[in-house]
Amino acid sequence: MSGPSTYEPKTGFTRWLDQRLPIVRLGYDSFVDFPTPKNLNYWWTFGGILMVCLVTQIVTGVVLAMHYVPHVDYAFASVQRIERDVPFGWLVQNIHSNGASMFFLAVYIHMFRGLYYGSYKPPREVLWILGCVILILMMATAFLGYVLPWGQMSFWGATVITNLFAAFDGGTGIITNWLWGGFSVGNATLNRFYSLHYLLPFILAGVIILHVWALHVVGNNNPTGVSVKSRADTVPFHPYYTVKDSFAIVLFFILFAIFVFFMPNALGHADNFIPANPLSTPAEIVPEWYLLPFYAILRAIPNKLLGVIAMFGSLLILFILPWLDTSRVRSMRYRPIARWFFVFFVICCLLLGWCGARNPDHLVFQTGVDAEGHATGFTFLMLARINTAYYFGYFLIILPLLGLIETPKARPASIDASVLGGRKVSSSGAAVQPAE
Amino acid sequence: MKVWGRMMSKAFSRRGRIAALAATLITATAGVMGLAAAQAAGDARTPEHHHWHFAGPFGTFDRAALQRGYQIYREVCSSCHGMQYLHFRNLGEPGGPYYDEEHPNANDNPVVRAIAADTTVAGEPDDFGDPTTRPATPADAFPNPFATEGMARLANGGALPPDLSVIVSARHHGADYIRSLLIGYEEPPEDVTIRPGLYYNPYFPGGAIAMAPPLPEERVTYADDTEATTEQMANDVVEFLVWAADPHQEARKRMGFMVLIYLTLLALLFWISYKVVWRNVAH
Repeated sequence: MSGPSTYEPKTGFTRWLDQRLPIVRLGYDSFVDFPTPKNLNYWWTFGGILMVCLVTQIVTGVVLAMHYVPHVDYAFASVQRIERDVPFGWLVQNIHSNGASMFFLAVYIHMFRGLYYGSYKPPREVLWILGCVILILMMATAFLGYVLPWGQMSFWGATVITNLFAAFDGGTGIITNWLWGGFSVGNATLNRFYSLHYLLPFILAGVIILHVWALHVVGNNNPTGVSVKSRADTVPFHPYYTVKDSFAIVLFFILFAIFVFFMPNALGHADNFIPANPLSTPAEIVPEWYLLPFYAILRAIPNKLLGVIAMFGSLLILFILPWLDTSRVRSMRYRPIARWFFVFFVICCLLLGWCGARNPDHLVFQTGVDAEGHATGFTFLMLARINTAYYFGYFLIILPLLGLIETPKARPASIDASVLGGRKVSSSGAAVQPAE
Repeated sequence: MKVWGRMMSKAFSRRGRIAALAATLITATAGVMGLAAAQAAGDARTPEHHHWHFAGPFGTFDRAALQRGYQIYREVCSSCHGMQYLHFRNLGEPGGPYYDEEHPNANDNPVVRAIAADTTVAGEPDDFGDPTTRPATPADAFPNPFATEGMARLANGGALPPDLSVIVSARHHGADYIRSLLIGYEEPPEDVTIRPGLYYNPYFPGGAIAMAPPLPEERVTYADDTEATTEQMANDVVEFLVWAADPHQEARKRMGFMVLIYLTLLALLFWISYKVVWRNVAH
């Protein structure tokens, strides 16, 4: 898509088709001849992995929908029927439920890669923003899907999340009643969640097409962050990256298979095997692991409305990141200080996830005992607050300021030069500087 | 800090990339598993870890234990606990306690047919609309001991005996928890008062459980002459409940091995292809 097309139809039919619907040309230019930087590392394989995740979820989801019954009295039983009686239903169901976790694992790695190598910086702002839209759609889809088995965690998760929106209606219940289709989470809620859970993945697929389109207009970023300057910097996507991505996808499938076949329930919550009961609140209501950091941010703020705003804000802030980071250097390879703040940011996100899984009043570590003999110390609430502050501070203070005060390291003249730099090839020019 | 800095720069270097990627995947996975384990923390005593026959990637069910376990369920548990998602035919399906290669269709399995026929279930109303009963067939679900939740509570001092179809999946520590609960009844500590009709069990959240100790020594007489100690009976019935919650477990693990072997070979082929395709490109 970027640059002139080099596709030449070889047969009469493809010549005829090319003048009417150049779809073969589109595929050729996008996935065969597409010039791709030759120094992409394995962190770049997660785009392809995510494509496979989406297809896996849609295919298994369509099959599950053939057997699932979206009714409060039958939903739990129909999932049991899928697991027990539908031929290979256990396999399809395990792939779909664990596939959601794999999808998020891959998308988070994909995003951290973008954060580290500055893939959100000009000219890739729209590409990045489309990615943020994809993340939010994924979260919505995953939440809706988690409600469908209609276990205790499904029901109470739906209750907690939909009640978040009550923060915006001043206690009138207008928003929640509209979301629920009634006066509590019930059959109408389950039906609409099922409908939307089937709809959103196709919207997601549409946004992903835009994401790939935007990628193919501006081209891949690369580990040096230095723009592609000549044909020597790139290789055709096929066969170079089709084979490398395939290798990575198979490795990812191995991890996926270990979960599906040997610990299919390890990432789930035991309470979701108890049928939903509106009269019995579980001892703890926790979302799936991939939403825990945001849950921790929500609970870190004592005021409900502000907590909800902070939680949504933690996602929305990603949209303006291209304009928050003032550094002109893309890759943090050449940003000696920013690199460390990035490492702390990753740790911060993991710690937030830990906080989201734990009771906020429990202790991370004990420092003493109060007058009544209860242990006192550093609670998960405190840890969550510190990390929430760092999460927002990273985007609102560190990245804007660092771009102004940090002295970046010397960058290679080109991708080709950076690749050859470590190998002392004299013919590649005098301007070469080592990558590190 | 300096050492770590060196480690980090190694992780950021080209050579360390694959190692870093693998480490990330493993750390993320371990972290997630840790979170799942952390969620399990509660006020009850942590269940004792037992080495199960079915545990681990190579574990399979002990057929005799499954049969003894079903006997316990039928003779002891089923008087209060239903298993609504199980059908008699499941007992004779591949992986089930009474699977017989001569009768791949469980509906033909004479043992299963006899077990089913020994149970009376509600039939169609007769010509006058009056309720009838009939012997169960392999196609019938395990009957519920109580017609309504109210009757179940009435018979159990207000407590509702949970359905056991997926009880192992529905509790933290699964099989270990159920086993510890069944054999873990004790005299209450001096500062704990248990009201009449309840029993002290430190593995149960809150400590007071409405179920009387269900498996006193020699509670059943095993068909295969195994000595019916409390622990033996608990082990057997838990093995049965694990099978019941996840009846395709053995098939799942078997397929998993084939899939992993296939994916490993495929990964090797792609890696070789990758090396060949990229051999003349510095990258």
